[in-house]
Amino acid sequence: MRNRTGHPSAFHSEHRSYLSRNLWSGFLFGIGLVTFMDEFIFHQLLYWHHFYDRTTTAAGLISDGFFHAFSWFATIGGLFMFADLRRRKKVSLKRWWGGVFIGAGAFQLYDGIIQHKIMRIHQIRYVENVIIYDIVWNIIALIMLTIGIYIVSRRTKHA
Amino acid sequence: MPGKMISTLVYVSEVILAIPFVTVLLLYLSAVLLNWKRGKPWPVSRTLYWVTGHLLALIAVTGPIARLSHEQFSVHMLGHLFLGMISPLLMVLGAPVTLLLRTLSAKRARQVTALLKTKPFVILSDPIITSLLNVGGLWLLYTTELFDLMHQNLFLYLLIHIHVFLAGYVFTASMIYVDPVYHRRSFIYRLALLVIALGAHSVLSKYIYAYPPSGVSRSEAEIGGILMYYGGDLIDIILILIFCTQWYKTARPRCLSPVEKY
Repeated sequence: MRNRTGHPSAFHSEHRSYLSRNLWSGFLFGIGLVTFMDEFIFHQLLYWHHFYDRTTTAAGLISDGFFHAFSWFATIGGLFMFADLRRRKKVSLKRWWGGVFIGAGAFQLYDGIIQHKIMRIHQIRYVENVIIYDIVWNIIALIMLTIGIYIVSRRTKHA
Repeated sequence: MPGKMISTLVYVSEVILAIPFVTVLLLYLSAVLLNWKRGKPWPVSRTLYWVTGHLLALIAVTGPIARLSHEQFSVHMLGHLFLGMISPLLMVLGAPVTLLLRTLSAKRARQVTALLKTKPFVILSDPIITSLLNVGGLWLLYTTELFDLMHQNLFLYLLIHIHVFLAGYVFTASMIYVDPVYHRRSFIYRLALLVIALGAHSVLSKYIYAYPPSGVSRSEAEIGGILMYYGGDLIDIILILIFCTQWYKTARPRCLSPVEKY
């Protein structure tokens, strides 16, 4: 590999690129983690979520299918990126965890508002007053998102 | 399911579909033996992948699964997971082209390589084309009258099953590189198409659940759709793991610590 460390600005941009890779690795893993928990807990264990309900829109079917495929890649690919950062000794755990929370929160919010309510892929639970479940679901999403943004922005100030 | 093929035709279709798999399996095994005799041992793991891949393909096209699949959509779907996904993946891991090039004389091997560099093979190694052939073909099969017609016409039945297998093979071979590929595509390009193709597979599974193919009852379509969705997942995970491992090896930094740099 070419020796770039001699040049301060090149070193700086390389450092920044690794910081953003930490964020992306965490972000992907966060999306993967939250979709995996959704599948495992709400579809398979509790049976709250349905595979399909008769109100699902075409856009809902497409969004569900593509995020489903993407989330498998995100989980595995995010961890491989992390392994790559580790062997390069460029892991920034705060940055990575920040990415995990942002990814998890952002996807849960998309799932809770766009996929459940607008595309109607399925409801959280088939009960009366599902709105309470929706509110709790989306508040948790917002909390995760806020924690993630807080961790990442705090880190940048110190860096 | 209306219009089932009469049993002798089912039997004929099983024999016709089994012959190419058995032939290619035997050719591979004799090539392996030949290499061992020449003192160039071929990996046992690759041989096992190849043999298992063929056994699964044979299970899908002959015997009880093939016979029941004419009546039960869920069994049909299981057979298709075997024939179109697991068995092609195992066969790609068997690296048949590498074995062929190693077994032939240098002159013949060069001819094969020249053939692999021709236009048709370059086109067949493009993930866009292979995704269309693979998932596009499935959309055509399950959302049109084709599925019903397949069970009435021996020729269609054979054609579709051969297509499902070959499309599965070129699709897998265009995503993970095991054998030599002469027109290589970048990881990001292959990844984008892999996610799109797997996504289209998931969408189709739920579509089948919601809108049963012609001649299939609602309850059968629901079981088949769920099997396709989650069965597809299991194989996708293996495919993605292999893909990421190949990226991880390629992206290896040339030097690990500043000390080694000089």
